[in-house]
Amino acid sequence: MQDKVEIRWHGRGGQGAVTASKILAEAALLSGKFIQAFPEFGPERAGAPVKSFNRISSSPINTHVQISSPDIVLVLDPTLIGMVNVCEGLSKDGILIINTSKSAAEMRKKLGYDTGKVAVVNATDIAIREFKRNIPNTPMIAALVKVSGILKLEDVLEGFRKQYAGKFSPEVVEANLKAMKAAYNEVKTV
Amino acid sequence: MKTVKALTGNDAVSYAMKQINPDVVAAYPITPQTSIVEKFSDYVANGEVDTEMILVESEHSAMSACVGSSAAGARTMTATSSQGLALMWEVVYIAAGLRLPIVMPIVNRALSAPINIHCDHSDVMGIRDSGWIHLFCENAQETYENTIQAIRIAEHPDVQLPVSVNLDGFIISHEVANVEIYDDKPVKDFVGAFRPRVSALNLRSPVTVGPLDLQDYYFEHRRQVADAMVKSLNVIKEINAEFNKKFGRLYKVIEGYRLEDADACIVGLGSTMGTLKDLVDNARKAGKKIGFLKITVFRPFPKEDIVSALKGLKAIAVLDRADSVNAMGGPLFGDIRCALYGASSAPVINYIYGLGGRELTEQDINKIIDDTLAAARTGKTVPEPAYIGVRE
Repeated sequence: MQDKVEIRWHGRGGQGAVTASKILAEAALLSGKFIQAFPEFGPERAGAPVKSFNRISSSPINTHVQISSPDIVLVLDPTLIGMVNVCEGLSKDGILIINTSKSAAEMRKKLGYDTGKVAVVNATDIAIREFKRNIPNTPMIAALVKVSGILKLEDVLEGFRKQYAGKFSPEVVEANLKAMKAAYNEVKTV
Repeated sequence: MKTVKALTGNDAVSYAMKQINPDVVAAYPITPQTSIVEKFSDYVANGEVDTEMILVESEHSAMSACVGSSAAGARTMTATSSQGLALMWEVVYIAAGLRLPIVMPIVNRALSAPINIHCDHSDVMGIRDSGWIHLFCENAQETYENTIQAIRIAEHPDVQLPVSVNLDGFIISHEVANVEIYDDKPVKDFVGAFRPRVSALNLRSPVTVGPLDLQDYYFEHRRQVADAMVKSLNVIKEINAEFNKKFGRLYKVIEGYRLEDADACIVGLGSTMGTLKDLVDNARKAGKKIGFLKITVFRPFPKEDIVSALKGLKAIAVLDRADSVNAMGGPLFGDIRCALYGASSAPVINYIYGLGGRELTEQDINKIIDDTLAAARTGKTVPEPAYIGVRE
């Protein structure tokens, strides 16, 4: 892993983009990393396009500027593509991970992102299968972990269990863990 | 003894408040301070603190309730932002004049109009001269630790003044970061018990609080506020030293960075100084002799420390995240240039930046670095104040 990774999440209000960046930060922190997680500051409305961000680093993070050239971009909602420029500023050898039923090759062509990795996972399908709601954030974290190698899946699962055991019912925690394992196995890259 | 948690700046403040366990918190929610009060209310509801939480109908009432409870001898806290602080304003002066050691985190936000919820320092600068001590935080870690130290500073017998702990709205308040949290016991031991100087409720030693004070004594009482403010600087240094020893930290009233061999220096407050750390390191790699000076304690103004840190530099830039609108530059600039009068003839440049949350970008900061170094070479300054990052 490179020393410092910058990540941008695209989603719609209510899909858990902000929570995803927090869960990822907590997991990275448990792996001994320095972290930042922050939303695109401003009023949020359900369904409106939202962004959130992460920095993960092996050394202390001093900066507080917004992230404009991320190494990794995750798209929680495929209907944002065409509406929002999800590739904006994405580094040439970066990673683009999309929640979609389409193939990675098809998404690469559609977005014209030729230089880095493109990965797809049907996180919505997994979320509905495992916890009956379209909140694809936790499966997307597992896809990110698989494709980028920035953390170990076990650490993320352990972190999630620790952080959310008191907040969610055991069934919800288990369903999220299952969804993460499924996404980890099902994500496909070109 | 330490646990690392992923916390926002606001969460870190609430956590400090939980460990402080104040007798009374009176507060009213306002963006971006809200999550401090929200989280603290959870601690109250869960019985994790014994605090009497007073949910009032406005910030004017919040500070009024704080004045009453602090005068009654209760350790008292609140928190606010922007318009909330503006609404508190007259009572903020009362808290200082009555020498009440209230501690108030301020999540800095622009003032209306136009309405804006994002960061600048206009809110706290509006109470600059009220007689409150003002501390500024660079990151979430500092919000936690400055809140803890603020209690000791406010309550010190030589001080007895209220303290504001400032954190940049959204930038720090809503950014999740690594925060090292100490166990409850050492924090509680450090904070200690509150021994109020007077208590309005002590019937064996009755006092009158806030009587009419006209030409005969008002001036003396305000003079005592100024005197306590002067004395508080050494008290803060002692409390910093005690905190650093106990928790292994390096708190100082001002913090210089790479100034030993610098030609020029950038002076400022808050989260921008964290971003500067990386950019000064980059500039150094390119052979540019720049450093910075972070002001943690803005009031009392540590003028001798500042002069000794800046003396000998060939140019100085001062960043103000608040505008004094056609005065002689922003509030920090005015202080710094006055402090240097007679001690340095180096050009001092003022930058007004970041109003209403406008980001001071890395490009902006690199330009400030280059322009300040150019001023160091030529001895010439730029027109004052320079507004940076704004469409003209």
